[in-house]
Amino acid sequence: MQGKVVGSIREAIVLSGLRSGMTVSFHHHLRNGDYVLNLVMEQIAALGIDHLTVHASSLFDIHAPLLDHIKSHVVTKIQTDYMSARLGRAISEGAMEEPVEFRTHGGRPSAIETGAAPIDVAFIAAPASDSMGNCSGKYGKSACGSLGYAFPDAMHAKKVVVITDNLVPYPLVGWSIPETYVDYVVAVDAIGDPAGIVSGTTQITRDPIGLMMASYAVRVIQHSGLLKDGFSFQTGAGGASLAAAKFLKDVMVREQIRGSFGLGGITGYLVDMLREGCFETLLDVQCFDLKAVESIRTDPRHMEISASHYASPTVRSSAVDHLDVVILGATEVDTDFNVNVHTDSGGSIMGGSGGHSDTAAGAKLAMIIAPLFRARLPIVTDRVTCISTPGRDIDVLVTQAGIAVNPRQPELQDRLKQAGLPVVPIEELKTAAEKVTGVPTRPAHGNRAVAKVISRTGELLDTIYNIPRR
Amino acid sequence: MAEIVRKAAAGTLESSDVYVEIAPGEAGIDLELESVVKEQFGQAIEQVVRQVLQEQGVTCARIRLVDRGALDCVIRARVETAIVRGGE
Repeated sequence: MQGKVVGSIREAIVLSGLRSGMTVSFHHHLRNGDYVLNLVMEQIAALGIDHLTVHASSLFDIHAPLLDHIKSHVVTKIQTDYMSARLGRAISEGAMEEPVEFRTHGGRPSAIETGAAPIDVAFIAAPASDSMGNCSGKYGKSACGSLGYAFPDAMHAKKVVVITDNLVPYPLVGWSIPETYVDYVVAVDAIGDPAGIVSGTTQITRDPIGLMMASYAVRVIQHSGLLKDGFSFQTGAGGASLAAAKFLKDVMVREQIRGSFGLGGITGYLVDMLREGCFETLLDVQCFDLKAVESIRTDPRHMEISASHYASPTVRSSAVDHLDVVILGATEVDTDFNVNVHTDSGGSIMGGSGGHSDTAAGAKLAMIIAPLFRARLPIVTDRVTCISTPGRDIDVLVTQAGIAVNPRQPELQDRLKQAGLPVVPIEELKTAAEKVTGVPTRPAHGNRAVAKVISRTGELLDTIYNIPRR
Repeated sequence: MAEIVRKAAAGTLESSDVYVEIAPGEAGIDLELESVVKEQFGQAIEQVVRQVLQEQGVTCARIRLVDRGALDCVIRARVETAIVRGGE
């Protein structure tokens, strides 16, 4: 048996056969603490390989060195599900010739599996690996919990390189990704900065507006008809969403409702719900905090799932399609309930769908919670700057000033009205905000496409255009 | 009629607030605006600042605003305070 451990990232790149014009992939469980993408791209650049496509499940500000690789044409195309504001601003100002391709957390594995977006070499950042590449995110100083987004890359890339800072004797017990998919293993000093990988604790908001929205959100769930035994739930890691999870737990404990599963990016609040009997299990594609990491390591009811199992529309079935309620955020919502999470109101890229449109499409009740306005910018507009999730998949918008129900859901609207909740037409929320903020002038944008937003099923959903340089 | 005789400031750089600096001017109103919502509300902000200056009888001043998305009522309050602190 020939060993797989090679001396350096550079050696692994050479052995993988990577050539100019190919596609390299990365996953984002180490979030804004990730060292691996930068380490790999530095070596690729040093080897003189260029015109690459970087195919990442998400990109964060720590990946800003990519901008230099773009300038030197080492990287000429980016495919990702999310891009934070620093990189996003540069892309929006026209840093790349070819438009970025945005997919969703379910659309990405689908495109990998169907061959629409193939990968030549996948680089897996592994907090623990043995010498044959059985690897896991659960153990080691850089523990991140689930490795869910890396599964499709490992299973379908032509070559797979595992990079770890915690090489353990064969076999690693409790692996996530098995050796059967792995070609090379590289040990490095550190794959990431623990402070950027997981938050110590994710905190619920103390902002009274956020708490008010959270309490409305829970009342909407209570009166939706879905909150009963078998209930399933996903929420984001934003302050108001976490507050909603906490309030929901109180209701479920009090009324002794036993749900089936909590899904998604998992925080300590979902772990609390599991421990208090609100759910039978957690299905985890990514951990957001230390409590979630500890739980997935120690509690057999806390299951790791792959990105495909989470949200792919082209596998035989996926978890989002069993979801009752999802709570989501928005930078803008328009009067047709289309949601923007890709750009700010000025048109500059600062996010991406992630699992937004996958869960909205799958859940029986897709709820947006957002304040009436944020730093003078009204949330409700006539037309969103970018359609990230189509309005047909959004059921309700909760703000501190009222709740708007998509007219496609008349039964839900009746239920909420009967419960005495402040249900108003969405246009009224727009007017109410503009009364306080004034009517914003629509910012101008250029006519050069800087990004394409591809729906979870592979169609072009919207195009993002360049904005003036600041 | 208020005269600005010294450099003064009001407000903070928190989200939804505005930081206002005022100083004696040479001729007329010299207004500098930096804002996270300049594209959407730049003109509206400038208009409300000039209105407050006029109401307070300030005809000669240098005024600089760093806006983090403040509402009109907040901008008015911060500008008025800066005028009082810098004026005689």
